Amino acid sequence: MSDARTGPMIELRHVHKWFGEHHALNDVSLAVRRGERVVVCGPSGSGKSTMLRCVNRLEEHERGQILVDGIELTGDIRHVDAIRREVGMVFQQFNLFPHLTVLENLVLAPVWVRRMKRREAEELAVHYLERVHIPEQAHKYPGQLSGGQQQRVAIARALCMKPQAMLFDEPTSALDPEMIKEVLDVMVELAQSGMTMICVTHEMGFAREVADTMVFMDRGEIVETAPPKEFFAAPKSERARLFLSQILGH
Amino acid sequence: MTDAPASAVAHSALAAAVRRWRARLFGGVLNSLLTLLVLYLLARTLPGLVEWALLKASFAAPDDRVCQAAGGACWAFIGDWFRFILFGRFPYAEQWRPALVVLIFAALLLASFARRLPARALALTWVAGLCAVLVLMGGGVFGLTPVETDRWNGLPLALILAVGGLGGGFPLALLLAFGRRSSLPAVRLLSIAYIEVARGVPFIAWLFLGLIVLPLFLPQGFDIAKLWRAEVTFILFIAAYLAEVVRGGLQAIPRGQYEAADALGLGYVQRLRFIILPQALSLTIPAQVNTFIGAFKDTVLISIIGLFDPLQDTNTALNDPAWRMAYIEGYVFIAALYFVFCYLMSLYSRRLERRLAPGRG
Repeated sequence: MSDARTGPMIELRHVHKWFGEHHALNDVSLAVRRGERVVVCGPSGSGKSTMLRCVNRLEEHERGQILVDGIELTGDIRHVDAIRREVGMVFQQFNLFPHLTVLENLVLAPVWVRRMKRREAEELAVHYLERVHIPEQAHKYPGQLSGGQQQRVAIARALCMKPQAMLFDEPTSALDPEMIKEVLDVMVELAQSGMTMICVTHEMGFAREVADTMVFMDRGEIVETAPPKEFFAAPKSERARLFLSQILGH
Repeated sequence: MTDAPASAVAHSALAAAVRRWRARLFGGVLNSLLTLLVLYLLARTLPGLVEWALLKASFAAPDDRVCQAAGGACWAFIGDWFRFILFGRFPYAEQWRPALVVLIFAALLLASFARRLPARALALTWVAGLCAVLVLMGGGVFGLTPVETDRWNGLPLALILAVGGLGGGFPLALLLAFGRRSSLPAVRLLSIAYIEVARGVPFIAWLFLGLIVLPLFLPQGFDIAKLWRAEVTFILFIAAYLAEVVRGGLQAIPRGQYEAADALGLGYVQRLRFIILPQALSLTIPAQVNTFIGAFKDTVLISIIGLFDPLQDTNTALNDPAWRMAYIEGYVFIAALYFVFCYLMSLYSRRLERRLAPGRG
């Protein structure tokens, strides 16, 4: 147990994954400390999302080890459940439950997975809706909200499980430009509160502001891991240089 | 506005209404032509219909010859045989029991439609209501004369078959729909085989088979009434159709919904109960109601194995020498009876769709 307290929050050791012939993850190793903010970038199809989705087993890795809070992800469903309880995830497409109100979206998992009393869960939900600055939308349906509001609800929904770590899978890629800032603001506040985070994103401004570590992936491999200052000032690999020139060039 | 003369207000309102209707009925050449066509068809058919159904109709007459002399519809036949058409050969003096059963069904359906009761209370109401139905029909307790199931005829029979068929068929349909999407090959193949075989054979053939085959699976000397054999057959048949409707709904749920539920740590059953099923079922309301209406009308087919549904009762009543000629009136009455029930289902489904609409993005 002491190992779990002091060791990395999330650790990938030599992880491989294939989609048919396609080698989606090739010997990926990464350790994320408690409270560390990691931003993952790279060209599309480079395996960023796949890596993220392996951490809470939305995808299964085929070789190597993944440990979350000292628990290893194996076929054992109890381990999977335990890890999913402790790791929140925010998706590109929000994936709110459209048939439930915002409040019901937030309350569902705490009540049925954490066995929390409904009233407590509702108080918690209101608390997190305030933190993402939309307490007034509690009784609306997701379809009645803007994209930015929906994504903030999705963040609040993940936070209601009081996770140890949060995974963000391109959280602003499906948003209209004018709504990106409101979501990033919430993510910055979350980062400043000390949450352990892995964010897959192309928002380099956000990366500069909050990341402790930048991870650059290409063709299923982690090509470069560096603090943001170094990474943006002088990327070591040619591929990262090319990527940065494309993404920052315009 | 308050001190304007009432007649002026009425006048301007009338003018606005005229303008509105003129735009609706004569807004454009095609629209005007269609309006004229419809008016022409109405002018040709409506007077004759009103004359037959109302003006020259006989509401009280000793037999069909008197009706024919009057030259209109013979509603007197319905008046004379009303109770037989609705309740068949249920003992005449006891017919308040099936009448009460129809009322109980109506109350249960209304209670469900109104959606005022919480789910658990509603479920209990249904259980209590169905027990009351069985007691009232069968008797044998509380001093009620026993009545064998062969004499449960007419409308109560159709309602028992339909409600039982849908109530029993629905859970089975859910199992089949999930079975067909299962990752276990044996479960999937069994579900597919069941659905295809059940759908691929006419209902009438299943009714005969059920009549003959079902007893073969039962222990010796254990007889099961024809009514319940038909009910079981009905449940098994409807389930196959509904299963495909539900499966259609399940396939329409985006992958992201499963992933979001998984990422929150919801288990398989919770994911199904709170996320997947509510969406799949509300998406498929029109198709479900379609199946329900079809199933309700299919209950008339049970006359083929000698059960007396309202249509069969009507045919029997038409054997009365006094009313041989009144078959149109009899069938119009039956048509109206079934239409009322089917239309109510349709109304309910529209309301339900509207109620669930705000949830869609």
